[in-house]
Amino acid sequence: MMDAIVHFGGTVLSLIRDVLPIATILIGFQVLILRRPIHNPARVFVGLVFVLLGLALFLEGLELALFPLGRLLAEQLTAPAFIVGEGAEAILEFTWSDYFWVYIFAAAIGFATTVAEPALIAVSIKANQVSGGTITVNGLRFAVAIGVAAGVALGTFRIVTGTPLHWYIITGYVIVIIQTMVAPRAIIPLAYDSGGVTTSTVTVPLVAALGLGLAETIPGRSPLLDGFGLIAFASLFPMITVMAYAQISEWLSRKSKQADSDSGHQT
Amino acid sequence: MKTLLLQFLRSIRQSFQDLLPIILVIGFFELIVLQQGVPNFSQILIGGFMVLLGLSFFVLGLQMALFPLGEDMAYSFVRKGNLWLLLLFAFTLGFGTTVAEPALIAIAEEAATIAADGGVIENADDARENYATGLRLVVALAVGFALLVGVIRILKGWPVQYLIIGGYIGVVIMTGFAPDEIIGIAYDSGGVTTSTVTVPLVAALGIGLANSIQGRDPLIDGFGLIAFASLTPMIFVMAYGMLF
Repeated sequence: MMDAIVHFGGTVLSLIRDVLPIATILIGFQVLILRRPIHNPARVFVGLVFVLLGLALFLEGLELALFPLGRLLAEQLTAPAFIVGEGAEAILEFTWSDYFWVYIFAAAIGFATTVAEPALIAVSIKANQVSGGTITVNGLRFAVAIGVAAGVALGTFRIVTGTPLHWYIITGYVIVIIQTMVAPRAIIPLAYDSGGVTTSTVTVPLVAALGLGLAETIPGRSPLLDGFGLIAFASLFPMITVMAYAQISEWLSRKSKQADSDSGHQT
Repeated sequence: MKTLLLQFLRSIRQSFQDLLPIILVIGFFELIVLQQGVPNFSQILIGGFMVLLGLSFFVLGLQMALFPLGEDMAYSFVRKGNLWLLLLFAFTLGFGTTVAEPALIAIAEEAATIAADGGVIENADDARENYATGLRLVVALAVGFALLVGVIRILKGWPVQYLIIGGYIGVVIMTGFAPDEIIGIAYDSGGVTTSTVTVPLVAALGIGLANSIQGRDPLIDGFGLIAFASLTPMIFVMAYGMLF
């Protein structure tokens, strides 16, 4: 129990160290250069304490519960004994379909961790406020989560098959560019941003563990070339799905409008 | 005080819904696919409870502090009307928040170890440390640069896709020239720079700026800073890899 408290204290301290530069920059500019008092300082202070305390509890809890379980699962699902069969020491021959459960796990864990990603929650709340409610908090988060799920699953497939990373990424970019030309203009900046926010506290450690587990057990893969790079998939695909989400909802609303005007003609 | 408590309870309920998918996924794979029990069940229960509380506090604090702070700063800068100060602030915010980012420190150390094992740099403590520090500074410079250019974009009202697609083309060209070992690290360094505290602040700053300048739409002009900040590190890190 004592150990746990000391450990938690350590997490709080290291967070304060991380947040200190941000706070210094903000307060420095606000007070020294802009010479404006902070609006409602008590509430902002309590809010900052909440942010710090919340992040400390969140990270500590992840370390205790989620990360060990997630890493263990990634290890077990990529272990030769699970892929080839009982008693196997190493993977010598395999086809990409032997890794069926790995792809499913990659997609599921990508989706689930993205839904819980605090930075994405923040951006979704803002997008909802700014769009006057046309972009819903959950709609955006699910669109992003589906993107991460598809991205991480495809990324594990790439590690298994050993195809070059940049072909996938460049193809993804080309799709993004084409979508940019045809998607509703207002969604584009948000779609781009959602690529960057998906990959932080919760998703990165679990996805990286999966990638490294795969790269270490499959012969001919190097952790350096193949282990990294999964995260690039996780930040590319949400852009595609968020733009697709806007395209589909625009198409649906146009269709329902058309249906309205059609029925209007008949009466 | 009472409303705060009520808000907190609502936040807890929301957080529970957010975390449910993770519980279901882990449970399904642990119990049904691998057919193994859950080890250390009590530890996991405590950890899960902490995650729930933590997420609830974070989201509440976000709306009380980080969002209003970022937007207030944006309004103040616009009212002050000094472009150089605003640009200095954007650069400092990007550089300062990134250089101390724990995820980046971790990835830089890992990259240094891998580079040393691969014979790219000498396998000695100080060579590794130099490489890791260099990498961190390069990524922080890249994020500072990205926020600076991103703020100019909001002020000028340039469409975001010009910057981003231009950046992509930069990434593709650099990928052709950069050594293979650095490419994976470069691509990943883009993702780790945007931390949980920085993202809400930067989003609020962009939206605040777009809101307080006439003729800018917060949805079209306010977002996009984060995207650019996760693109420039890729280019900068590949350039770093080519120089060393």
